[in-house]
Amino acid sequence: MARKLRVLIAKPGLDGHDRGAKVVAAAMRDAGFEVIYAGLRQTPEMIVETAIQEDVDVIALSILSGAHMTIFPKVLDLMKENGINDKLLTGGGIISEEDVEKLQKMGVGKLFGPGASTRDAVQYVKEWADEK
Amino acid sequence: MSKIIDELTKGILEGNRNAIARAMTTIENEEDGYVRLLSNIYERIGRAYRIGITGPPGSGKSTLTNHLTKILRKEGFKVGIIAVDPTSPFTGGAILGDRIRMHDLALDKGVYIRSMATRGSSGGLARQATELADVLDAAGYDYVIYETVGVGQVELDIAEAADTTIVLLVPESGDIIQSLKSGLMEIADIFVLNKSDRPGAERMQKDLEYALHLRESDHDWHPKVYQTVANQGKGTEELWTEMKNHRSYLDSENHLVNKRDRRLKNRIETVIRQRIEFHFWDDKRKKILKNYLESEKEKLSPYLLAEKMLEKLLKTFK
Repeated sequence: MARKLRVLIAKPGLDGHDRGAKVVAAAMRDAGFEVIYAGLRQTPEMIVETAIQEDVDVIALSILSGAHMTIFPKVLDLMKENGINDKLLTGGGIISEEDVEKLQKMGVGKLFGPGASTRDAVQYVKEWADEK
Repeated sequence: MSKIIDELTKGILEGNRNAIARAMTTIENEEDGYVRLLSNIYERIGRAYRIGITGPPGSGKSTLTNHLTKILRKEGFKVGIIAVDPTSPFTGGAILGDRIRMHDLALDKGVYIRSMATRGSSGGLARQATELADVLDAAGYDYVIYETVGVGQVELDIAEAADTTIVLLVPESGDIIQSLKSGLMEIADIFVLNKSDRPGAERMQKDLEYALHLRESDHDWHPKVYQTVANQGKGTEELWTEMKNHRSYLDSENHLVNKRDRRLKNRIETVIRQRIEFHFWDDKRKKILKNYLESEKEKLSPYLLAEKMLEKLLKTFK
């Protein structure tokens, strides 16, 4: 049986704007992925624990609160600590180019800003999986 | 390969969460070595008690699972949860969202939650749900809860996979005739009328009890109806007591042994069926079928064609 791509979509932080995350989740389902939708108010610890249990290939975070410079590095650290840094950490939100560059240097994958198309996100995940 | 599989096995038996996760993926995708893996752990399973929770969409399955798990944790048990959601038949994708209602279990090291998509299976469970429960069983989880897809009709797989099956209804599930029709009535060991703070609960309870009373049964276990308001945890303690009653009933007079023997028999049959089908449809036979479908000439009846294709195979069975 062909391996199904499994993607965790979570929304860290305290704001309740999960529309973007839901739209991306639907697009990924329509692309044939299995999306584990964890919902709102996820801490980095919860995200990494869920990623372990669900054995996802990709962790995608939606961060609109401006806390990306804290959350992404923390998730990366926990991924390393738990031996799951072979998974892709990606995401989207309102993140300045400067921060995107910094985060990618740390090991975060592509980050999608406002106006990005869901097709691009799907394509990116597919390409990443093909290369793996 | 077998070395990796044996290492995974060791990890499972030690309760290592990364190993459990990896093993589940191997089994779910039927990757190389999955049969060896299942055989490896086979001797270590049978300790976990398995609970099935089913019911129509929106009846509160995830919320009830969340509360029951908290009760089980308070009693010191480790709990595994297999949460199943449907695969889209059109795209093959799925959104698995049961975790949303289980937030407060996310960081409990005594709880392992795995979401599964049905991937074409239609009985309310995913095809490998029992096998994933086996992994949790071997890893030392005391209880495994299956949470099914909420299709509300014949979720018969769950009765097969679980030791105790709970069927959830809400006051609005109304029309009792419907529940009589859908195999739900026969598979329940316990009925839960959830969201019972809503109007119509008492009526629904009476209707259900009446329907149960009408039912012929050759068992000496008679399913009762319990009212809960799962999001407030109301009624869940009483439900837990009834679950324990059902477990002691099964433990008496070999009911549990019989049930598990049936499960074993079914699994052997399923494995054989799948294997035969898999090998039967080789390229040659796939081509025969394709040509048949594309042929413009007058066609054989499907039954005759099937007979013809099976001819050689059937001979070996005689």
